[in-house]
Amino acid sequence: MSSFSRCAACKYLRRKCPQDCILAPYFPSSNPQRFACVHKIFGASNVTKMLQQVPVHLRAEAAECISYEAIARVQDPVYGCVGIITQLQQQIIQIHSEIMKIKGDIITHHSAHPQHQPLPPPQGDPCRSISIHQQEQDNFQSDEHPFGNF
Amino acid sequence: MSSSSSYNSPCAACKFLRRKCMPGCIFSPYFPPEEPQKFANVHKIFGASNVTKLLNELPPHQREDAVNSLAYEAEARVRDPVYGCVGAISFLQRQVQRLQKELDTANADLVRYACNEIPSSAAIPGSNNPVQPATLRQRVAPLEFGGVGRPIGNEVGGAFYQAPLPPPYPLPYPPLPWSDSFGGDFNGGGGNI
Repeated sequence: MSSFSRCAACKYLRRKCPQDCILAPYFPSSNPQRFACVHKIFGASNVTKMLQQVPVHLRAEAAECISYEAIARVQDPVYGCVGIITQLQQQIIQIHSEIMKIKGDIITHHSAHPQHQPLPPPQGDPCRSISIHQQEQDNFQSDEHPFGNF
Repeated sequence: MSSSSSYNSPCAACKFLRRKCMPGCIFSPYFPPEEPQKFANVHKIFGASNVTKLLNELPPHQREDAVNSLAYEAEARVRDPVYGCVGAISFLQRQVQRLQKELDTANADLVRYACNEIPSSAAIPGSNNPVQPATLRQRVAPLEFGGVGRPIGNEVGGAFYQAPLPPPYPLPYPPLPWSDSFGGDFNGGGGNI
């Protein structure tokens, strides 16, 4: 790549962009802010090392994830991506609790008025939903999940 | 929080960096010598000087949470060099979508059941629309997506953070490009932030 078409990384670092620049495919000059975030959080040499450790066909995804984490950390310097994980966990607990309340209501209604209608066929088995969710919750806490506890 | 900047025990960071752990070392409250791997991961992924800058930009009362979340992300990235903790986000987003569909189904079941359960004498004569009890309306509205969670726990290494149920607000980040698999369609390194 000539000096007139340097990647965002080499432009930011004010250096020549070689033909085999490892960062060039993933940090095009059209999006300088993305590399700026990545550089601020991880540093260019760390990102280079991280990408070198990954097979070539997975580097684009790795660069995308690294960028995502960097942007999350710039926007939330205290919690970064962990803040998003916490929000999602809370949502899962909240939605599951709502589902259980509704299914409990259906059962209560049916118990009070068994003569009106049979219980509607479950779209999903509530016991299966509970056991799946419990299994997922167990996975959150166990080493079976890639990240163990979080 | 433990301070290790004593004459006897340098903090894990200074041990790793092979330097004297001075009083007031910015790392020592958060990287005790008993947890060398925590700093090793953070150093590998973020680098000591980047972490120093990040911590210096934060007020002291937020630094412990920041270090713990950095340690979590670093460990995730060491375990999964491609996806890091974004893999967990993708997994959880799919769970939310699945549960949201289940909630919608349960709501529909409840409405259907409650409508069927009301005796026909309660309906307006000549009308095809049964009267809906006011209580049902509370159940029908789906939960809003998103929320502000502020972790208050600070357990080390693989943290379980607890937070009160937050008010809803839209997620600040665009949806992840992955669909049902970690290797889903995405545009590679060219998107705008």
